Amino acid sequence: MIARFSDRRFVGRVARHAILILTAAFALLPFFWMVSLSLKPPEEIFQADFHFWPTAFHGVENYRVALTAAPMFRFLLNGVLVCAAIFALQLLVCIPCAYALAKLRFHGRDTLFSAVLVGLLLPPQALAIPHFVLLNVFGLLDTYAALILPWAISTFGIFLLRQFFRSIPDEMIHAARLDGLGEFEIIWRIMIPMTAPALAAFGIFSVVAHWNDLFWPLIAVRREEISTPALGILLFRDDEAGQFFGPLMAGAVIIVAPLLVAFLIAQRRFIDGLAVTTTR
Amino acid sequence: MAEIELRHIKKSYGETAVVKGVSLNIRDGEFLTLVGPSGCGKSTLLRIIAGLEAQDSGEVMVGGRCVNDKRPKERDVAMVFQSYALYPHLSVFDNVALPLRTRRLSFAQRLPFVGRALPGRGGIEKAIRAEVEQAACMLDIAHLLDRKPGQLSGGQRQRVALGRAMVRQPAVFLMDEPLSNLDAKLRVQMRAEIIALHRRLGVTFVYVTHDQAEAMTMSDRVAVMMAGELLQVSRPERLYRDPQDLRVAEMIGSPKINVVSCADWISLGATLPPGVHGNTRHLAFRPEAVGITASGDGRLNGVVASVENLGSDIFLNVALGDGRGTVVVRTHPDVSRSEPGRPVGLQIDPACLLQFDGAGLRQRHAEQIEAAA
Repeated sequence: MIARFSDRRFVGRVARHAILILTAAFALLPFFWMVSLSLKPPEEIFQADFHFWPTAFHGVENYRVALTAAPMFRFLLNGVLVCAAIFALQLLVCIPCAYALAKLRFHGRDTLFSAVLVGLLLPPQALAIPHFVLLNVFGLLDTYAALILPWAISTFGIFLLRQFFRSIPDEMIHAARLDGLGEFEIIWRIMIPMTAPALAAFGIFSVVAHWNDLFWPLIAVRREEISTPALGILLFRDDEAGQFFGPLMAGAVIIVAPLLVAFLIAQRRFIDGLAVTTTR
Repeated sequence: MAEIELRHIKKSYGETAVVKGVSLNIRDGEFLTLVGPSGCGKSTLLRIIAGLEAQDSGEVMVGGRCVNDKRPKERDVAMVFQSYALYPHLSVFDNVALPLRTRRLSFAQRLPFVGRALPGRGGIEKAIRAEVEQAACMLDIAHLLDRKPGQLSGGQRQRVALGRAMVRQPAVFLMDEPLSNLDAKLRVQMRAEIIALHRRLGVTFVYVTHDQAEAMTMSDRVAVMMAGELLQVSRPERLYRDPQDLRVAEMIGSPKINVVSCADWISLGATLPPGVHGNTRHLAFRPEAVGITASGDGRLNGVVASVENLGSDIFLNVALGDGRGTVVVRTHPDVSRSEPGRPVGLQIDPACLLQFDGAGLRQRHAEQIEAAA
């Protein structure tokens, strides 16, 4: 009896994992393909038969071209700078807004929140032209500010953090007021530490979105020295793209790598953080 | 020194009036309990005293000065919450120290990161540590100071919450159902500890609860609130013996007071007791004011429906005829052994009979008016 039962469980477990592995492979395939292409010589890239590991290893050359033909480190640095600035500004705006919308009582609060929800519905592309015109008026096109400022206010961030702040009981805030904390101190000492996992989650959304964004930098920026990684990689795509496919893929790997490494490191903390909030 | 005076406090949320013109004087050093069913406005009233909610009209006076436009931290009150409201990311020590830090450290010293390095902070921190440790010893939580609230039991969290409230020596303690998240045994123990704390600190306590037993056992005076109004403010024993309102009589005391309407009384064939007032519609009597006799004419008769033996007492549930409710009778174990199904007569001590009119207001006959005066 017992043996049969555990057999059935074993089969079920194998089936479950098979399905998981299959879907994971499906999601990871393009990524593996990219890594594989970045290691192949040009003539092998367009061969009809395919194998993941190149027959002639051409990785060193591809990565050397990717790193030297364009200022790749500059692009990466720009990416870090722009993403950090965007995230910092977003936090600066979102946290107080979300706190007010979640925990303070004032006239017009619900209307304001509806406005935030409307903002959530607008696709960023729809605002590209107005932003472009506005930046032009202020003479900020083709600067770091052009890359950063349009994203300083995140309606998604306000919405997300408001939901998390609402889950903190009012009594906690009442206690803090009686303990003598001002509203900004309540935000700093109570709300932010208690919703750290939410802030981290928002950080991931924000950084991933802007690190990978191609649409807006393409519009706002021309100069190579302030290009973000996604924009910079386009330099490899000229008319002779065929010749440059290997370096292009190598560049893509270099751009994706920092995000991957960062999340592999942060993953543990991130999951721990979520677990802490749920068992509290 | 802090007596609290509430003058005509009104508060409504939208259309619903939660507090309907409450006036109340709380003496310095008194333990006053606000008791009432949930949603009666007692917690709202407490938060108005604390300054966490603004009243629509009326005045709050603490220690003789009007604090209407004072913020919570300027009112010299501390509060203990039902959920304890401890900060989960801070250690017990930091939880208890927080109110001291916000008061003693300057704005600059409290700034994140740089504040730590500013001159003068070390000395203040040392004094704070000493005071926190003293409070912790008093509450027997000194060994828990390094833990996080999540690692504590309910009773320990309760003590930490008390510690955070008392460490800055406020003139007034406000408590919002602080024991309702504890199990029954611990609740009785914490009750005694809070009473002892009140005696030791000698400051004004305002305590909110829906549990009449807590109100009766802990307080100097009890204020019974219902539907946003104060029904009666009295010493516990007076509240029990001499309620002004049928709702107060029904709220206080366990088991509940017996209420039989005059109409039922007559239709059951019993003669009304002597001295019943003309306006009286309901007669009420405590379980211990009834005796069991043989059933007979002119008496309130019934059948024993069930027997609850508590060891020290036996409660008999006596069903009146025609499904007109039950009467609870408290008897001594030695006196009588009644079996369910036995017909009995009820003998009510006329001196303990309480009369209420159709609106639930107390009706007194001449002797009771004299006694009350």
